[in-house]
Amino acid sequence: MTSFLQNIGRAALGFLAALGRITLFTADAVKWTFCPPYYLRQFLRQVIDIGYLSLPVVGLTTLFSGMVLALQSYTGFARFSAEDTVATVVVLSVTRELGPVLAGLMVAGRIGASMAAEIGTMRVTDQIDALDTLSTRPMQYLVAPRILAGTICLPFLVLVGDLIGVFGGYIVGVYRLGFNPSIYLSRTMEYLEFSDVTLGLIKAAVFGFLIALMGCYHGYNSGRGAEGVGRATTNAVVSSSILILIANYIVTAIFFG
Amino acid sequence: MKHVAKSFGTKEVLRDVNLSVNAEESLVLIGTSGCGKSVLLKCLLDLISADSGSITVDGQELIGADRETMEQMRRRFGMTFQFGALFDSLPIWENVTFRMRHQQKMKRAEARDLAVETITQLGLSPMVIDQYPAELSGGMQKRVALARAIADKPEILLFDEPTSGLDPITGGVIDRLIIDAVQRLGATTMTISHDMASVRRIADKVAMIHNGVIIWCGPVADMDNSGVPEVDQFVHGRAEGPLTTAAQEAARQG
Repeated sequence: MTSFLQNIGRAALGFLAALGRITLFTADAVKWTFCPPYYLRQFLRQVIDIGYLSLPVVGLTTLFSGMVLALQSYTGFARFSAEDTVATVVVLSVTRELGPVLAGLMVAGRIGASMAAEIGTMRVTDQIDALDTLSTRPMQYLVAPRILAGTICLPFLVLVGDLIGVFGGYIVGVYRLGFNPSIYLSRTMEYLEFSDVTLGLIKAAVFGFLIALMGCYHGYNSGRGAEGVGRATTNAVVSSSILILIANYIVTAIFFG
Repeated sequence: MKHVAKSFGTKEVLRDVNLSVNAEESLVLIGTSGCGKSVLLKCLLDLISADSGSITVDGQELIGADRETMEQMRRRFGMTFQFGALFDSLPIWENVTFRMRHQQKMKRAEARDLAVETITQLGLSPMVIDQYPAELSGGMQKRVALARAIADKPEILLFDEPTSGLDPITGGVIDRLIIDAVQRLGATTMTISHDMASVRRIADKVAMIHNGVIIWCGPVADMDNSGVPEVDQFVHGRAEGPLTTAAQEAARQG
């Protein structure tokens, strides 16, 4: 019984210690994001990596999700003769929920892992210490550009993903389910409000921040050797995916109604 | 350095290190693997924070110094790491001129010229400046790391096993380059090495660290007659002796 309680206590203390470390890391990262010097080339490199090179995977994911959503919602709504709401359901689901969450999860897998692996490798090969010896703050050179790029790029990615997802629904609605194209489009726009899109974009910015933060944090604190870097990569993907789902609820609840 | 101590959890790596290096002197730190040589070098630059003691450079205290003081101090240092620690994502010329490009805002053309000049002094072809570290051999990477350390003409140079993993001939070349570079710069150096041939070539003074303390420090010429059994065993590379016994004892205690 005593050892059981000891284990619980140890786990709780470990969790609080990790939370403290992440909080301090976040505060440091945010602080250095706004302090000069700014490493523009590092930032642009991340913009290309996060924003541009993630487009195919996000585009494909949202395209097929939009297509599936149109099919599934048609099946459901046909049961109570509400087929004409399919376009509205697709556009609201994609902009408010599916676009940001799916893009976030895909980018977490692609970018979170690569950030953790790159920074983790730099940690175990002394490249981060080398930065310090060359009078360059690693938080400013490595972490700040990634966090800034993640926060800025994900909303743009999601915006493109939203368009592609809605287009996927349109393809299925018009060519598979036989909707009139102009009616489908007018239904798409009829109930869509500006706040639906902005909610999705706010979520995307939060997710982008979390993905970059977790990738950098786990890489920066990577253990030794290939095993340490591997574990950092896994932890970055798992923790950012979980945080995306938690943040998704929190942001939705804040803006609900 | 006075009474410098550093522990990781319950493991005391440095217990009470006392050491001094004079200006333009070349000190080599020797000791068995895992005895804390690299930790000591990193404590000097606050890459690892020492738990207690005092480290001063020209009277300036470094332990507990604020970030700005430490960053100012680091500008006086150049360091090479055991495995080079070159930045994989940057070409050679940007590795060599990293500090000047980012801290002194040196122009691209000027930086490339400086990189060519520095690596040529170290016997590398100017053709390599646009290559990436992964495209170079181990010996070439060590030279580039050396070039990066000396490019900004630092006053103090730290070398962590500069010849490890190299064949004896390349190791000898690297030693020669270090000696030349240090003489040209008039720099003070601290080097970690296990390679006794290298130690004899580059050291003015040798210090041996064991069990977290400096057990012997003296001129390189006195190294063979130190009168300390641990130094004697290490210098002559004997399998039997007090260092082996201590390692076996440590392994028994886990």
